[in-house]
Order: sequence, then C-alpha cells, then structure tokens
Amino acid sequence: MYTIGLLLAAILTVTSFWVANTSAIWAPGVPAGLAVLAIAQMGVHLVFFLHIPTGPDSTHNVLALAFGVLIVFLVLAGSLVIMANLNENMMAHGEMMNLQMQR
Amino acid sequence: MNVAVEMDDVRQGELLNVSEAGPAPKRIIAGFGFWIFLLSDIVMFSALFASYAVLAKASAGGPTGAQLFNLRTAAMETAFLLLSSYSCGLMSLAINSRQHIGVYFGAVVTFLLGAAFLNLELREFHDMIAMGAAPQRSAFLSAFFTLVGCHGLHVAVGLVWLVLMMIQLSIRGFHGVVVRRLHCFSLFWHALDIIWVLIFTIVYLMGVLPSLIRVGTLHRETGPRSRSRSKVRPPASLCTRSVCCWLRS
Repeated sequence: MYTIGLLLAAILTVTSFWVANTSAIWAPGVPAGLAVLAIAQMGVHLVFFLHIPTGPDSTHNVLALAFGVLIVFLVLAGSLVIMANLNENMMAHGEMMNLQMQR
Repeated sequence: MNVAVEMDDVRQGELLNVSEAGPAPKRIIAGFGFWIFLLSDIVMFSALFASYAVLAKASAGGPTGAQLFNLRTAAMETAFLLLSSYSCGLMSLAINSRQHIGVYFGAVVTFLLGAAFLNLELREFHDMIAMGAAPQRSAFLSAFFTLVGCHGLHVAVGLVWLVLMMIQLSIRGFHGVVVRRLHCFSLFWHALDIIWVLIFTIVYLMGVLPSLIRVGTLHRETGPRSRSRSKVRPPASLCTRSVCCWLRS
C-alpha cells in the first residue's frame, strides 16, 4: 500500500519537475499541467498514505474533507478574484491620472 | 413471564438498530478529531497560499523568484520529505504488528530525513538572507518566508513530537494511548507532505517558469485588456487577406 503510494508520488513529482523544466510542452499550458499533477499527487497521498477514503468508518472523514476543500476553495478563489479586481481598478485609476497629466 | 422476555428481546434489538453496534472505537474517534484539526491547519495554509499568490509579483524591484529559487534544492527537499513520509508509513505498519525494532527503525529514518529537509530549508533561507533577500525586502519575500517558514515550523514541531513519542514508547510500551498518539503523528506527517506538494508546485515550479501565467494575471487579462486586444485584430485579417491574394495568384 505505502510502496504503491511512494512509487505513484515519485512518478508524479518527477513528472512535474520535468514539466517545469522542459520546452517540449506548449508554455502557457505548463501551469495547468502542474496544477493537475499537484492535485493528482494530493489524491495519491490522501488515498495511499492517510487512508482517508479507505480507512474504517470513513464517511465522516470524507465529509470533513469535502467541507475543508470547500473552505480552501472559497479562501483561495475569493481572495484571488478580489485582489485581481482591485488591481485592475487601481490601474485604470492610474491610467486616468496619466491622461489628465498629459492634458 | 414469556411476554416480559419477548419485550426485553425487542428492546435489545431496537437498541442495536439505533446505535449500530455501539459507539466507534476510541482509535477511530481520536483519528477523526485529529483529522478535523489537520483540516483547520490546511485552511490556515490556504490563507497563506492566497496571500502568496496575490503578492507573488510584488517584488518591489528586488530579487524575484526566478532569480532566487534553486530547483535542485527544492527537488532534494521534496525527495527527503516524500521518503520520510514513506518511512513513517512503514513505522505505522510496524506499530500495527507491534514490532519494537521496526517502529524504532522507522522513527529514526523518519527523523533523519525530516532533519535533512529542515537543514536544507534553513540553509536556503540563510543563503537568501545573505543575498539581501530578507523578509523585509519586499511583499513577495514576506509572503514567501511566511508560507515556507510556517511549513518548516510544522516540520520542526513534528520532529520534536516524534522524539517525545519514542520516549513514551520506550517507557510505556504499546499502550493504547501511545498507539493512538503515534497514529495521529503519522496523520500529521503525511498532511505536511501534502502541503509541501502544493508549496513546491506553486512556489518553486511556477515561480521559476519564464512566462508566468498566474491566476491573478489571467483575471486581469480577461478584463479591459482583452477588449483592447480584440481591437488589434486588423493585422490578422490583413494577413488572411494577403494569404487569399497569394492563393488566388
């Protein structure tokens, strides 16, 4: 069980380091590929090391995990969207200032 | 009397149905509680990740991630942590089969690998600060040291915990409490490895990419700029027109 997990995790890790360094892959697709590999490796860890879905009485564990993932998603996506929006508005303001200065 | 016996039977059957063979064993309850704690820890790390992702480009004219990060160090740290996670798994297998030597061996290997990870990370921090990339240099570096340093602090706490558990194990043997705490420790250690997967992906690998496409910039590009980019289409249509002309000729 642990050996399978170790092998899978090692393969995924080596792949993600290779993806980051190679030029054989279309460059804009690299971050998406890295994200997919990281999520896959987290799944491998959860299943093979932590035994969350396969352990005894696992329903509560899986439900708690789902809630945790929801909170993590809200925190990450919410702050990224809000800060990107804020940056955009600040930049528009700055450009307007530049225009006024030029007049 | 017969009736009373039957009523007793019925009541017992009802009880069994309601509680489904009694409360769960203590090991499962302790594991569940610790899993809740780990999830709250992961939520805290998500806040740190969010702040890092927002501040990753705010290097204030100072050194950026592409200049600072050494992927070879990151790869070695990853290998150390992954192998220590594996030896921790072997240790919990040895705990389940009550083998003293196996447990001590797994604990020693886990401790050495964790210490090697921490040593590499501290050396990396030291080198960065010596290069003038201290946490107070820019918002990017503050976020970096907070995120990675918090993970390193967790690893250090885990190492202390492991030493304490080995002392408890040598004194009390495979007592129920000790086995439960060791189970919680292995959960903690594996969760640290999960967080490190995210760190080496988001901080190191994505930080070194030459053309950085982060979520923040992606969102910014879907804003007004994409509209302005649609205005820059005429050259493309010119190009297709010339291709058509070339085809006709």
